[in-house]
Amino acid sequence: MTDRPAGFDTLAIHAGAAPDPATGARITPIYQTTAYVFNDVKHAADLFALRTFGNIYTRIMNPTQGVLEAKIAALEGGTAALALASGHAAQMLVFHTMMQPGDEFVAVRQLYGGSINQFNHSFKSFGWHVVWADAEDMNSIEKALSPKTKAIFIESIANPGGRITDIAAVAKIAKRAGLPLIVDNTLATPYLCKPIEHGANIIVHSLTKFMGGHGNSMGGAIVDGGNFDWSKSGKYPLLSEPNESYHGIKFYETFGGMAFAITCRVLGLRDLGPAIAPQNAFYILTGMETLGLRMQRHCDNALRVAEWLSQNPKVAWVIYAGLPSDSHHALHKKYVPKGAGAVFTFGLKGGYEAGVKVVSSVKLFSHLANIGDTRSLIIHPASTTHSQLTPDQLKKAGAGPDVVRLSVGIEDVADLIADLEQAIG
Amino acid sequence: MNHDSYSPDYIRDILHSVKVIALVGASSNVVRPSYFVMQYLLSKGYDVIPVNPGLAGQTLLGKTVYGSLKDIPHAIDMVDIFRNSKAAGTVVDEALALAPKPSVIWMQLFVRNDEAAARAEAAGLKVVMNRCSKMEYGKLCGEWAWVGGNSGIISSRRQNMHESGKMQSLGLGGIPPKR
Repeated sequence: MTDRPAGFDTLAIHAGAAPDPATGARITPIYQTTAYVFNDVKHAADLFALRTFGNIYTRIMNPTQGVLEAKIAALEGGTAALALASGHAAQMLVFHTMMQPGDEFVAVRQLYGGSINQFNHSFKSFGWHVVWADAEDMNSIEKALSPKTKAIFIESIANPGGRITDIAAVAKIAKRAGLPLIVDNTLATPYLCKPIEHGANIIVHSLTKFMGGHGNSMGGAIVDGGNFDWSKSGKYPLLSEPNESYHGIKFYETFGGMAFAITCRVLGLRDLGPAIAPQNAFYILTGMETLGLRMQRHCDNALRVAEWLSQNPKVAWVIYAGLPSDSHHALHKKYVPKGAGAVFTFGLKGGYEAGVKVVSSVKLFSHLANIGDTRSLIIHPASTTHSQLTPDQLKKAGAGPDVVRLSVGIEDVADLIADLEQAIG
Repeated sequence: MNHDSYSPDYIRDILHSVKVIALVGASSNVVRPSYFVMQYLLSKGYDVIPVNPGLAGQTLLGKTVYGSLKDIPHAIDMVDIFRNSKAAGTVVDEALALAPKPSVIWMQLFVRNDEAAARAEAAGLKVVMNRCSKMEYGKLCGEWAWVGGNSGIISSRRQNMHESGKMQSLGLGGIPPKR
């Protein structure tokens, strides 16, 4: 046991994952159980009333999931985390905890297409209204605020464009307005960027991507920065007011800096139910042990591929913040100096048809709708992930008709370049 | 002494060294943090003495409630304060007037009184402010990770089942010491 602050790779392996107290198992066991026996009736009552720590039912918590959560919280520098069935589930529970019907939140347009859909359509049916702004224009964020605004939402590195958001600038706006800043840190992972250090209050993740890293398990997470006063404005009654379903407990008063994560768990997860499977938590935990090694290789490979593409006469443009000529190169140096991520886009001079030809011709890159796998992935967003969007939305999301998106894997980079070379022709 | 952050060693030493805890601001309301922190500390083997003038003479979780610190007929090791920051100053002065003095002043989450802390430290006491004793015990024993908490502690040593032998209860390893 050590009190010396541990480094990132040490935390990735050890945080949350002490040997199992019951068996001594060194690797976190997969607790494949739905429920847990009570010591006695009083123990059961104490657990249900949140008076003591402990597991009740795997829809709310599970020991394998708990290790995953503690590890994510440690890597992000948060107070606590909650792991969920998917990144979408994480976003749903974050907003469920903050929003009442009729409330608004501000999100920038530079987002994953799935999030744009979730915000524009499904959230509207809950009475949660998204107001769009532009991550490249801080004034547009300020202008989008209203007395009904409950939060601001951004991505650290935006999918699919690979654009890097000026997190500290947005955090300043949020702080001045007394609002929490939510950052989706899926593409950067805490290896590249810790948004809480730049003023973020809540982090969300799709663990399905680089965190798990092997394309085998769905998962999501919410991280509580522990740095927001949920009582001050009176705008977050679920956190500040007595909760009837827990005999009048006040979550912020009781749980302080981890109140947001706890509230998402014991209200949102309890009642809406998107629990992560223990087996998936285990696969993601195993993947996360190598997060630092993998992310560095992902970024190093991505830079080499981007450099090669930018020299290719058939390529019209490459947008990757790792290239010195890129308009986001300075933001890359500030927020993600170890690498600009591994997801970026390029356009072929042949436009839409040439893009379709490339995704049809690759032999090593896999043509599929995911990112953040050990293997390299390719997609044409306009015809797949972003196909529900209008032409204007496509353009603003960085997913125009000629755009090809890569998620560069950790294979030998020469093989990746050779594959793109034969596919571009 | 920096009261913005405490090392796990500092907290561990305190929770290892104390046995009798006077809990000022005890409540019979089961949803109040003071109620379930008292219950939790009792379950971990601490001797918790509830203090609340409104409940003096009554029994809370099997323990007699006292009206003030000076009414407790035996020595105490730690005073755990569930009062507002201003009132905490008075409680600290009452604690410093005891003979023998307690060795630790603990102010709960959101409770902080730097002047009172300085008086206690000048008298040789250790002070913790704006922390929950249940949460800190949970971080050290490992239960914190069950709710996804970041304890700031990593270890390759097996966690300790609590000596009570109850399921879902971890301990600090033979702690607290018998008096």
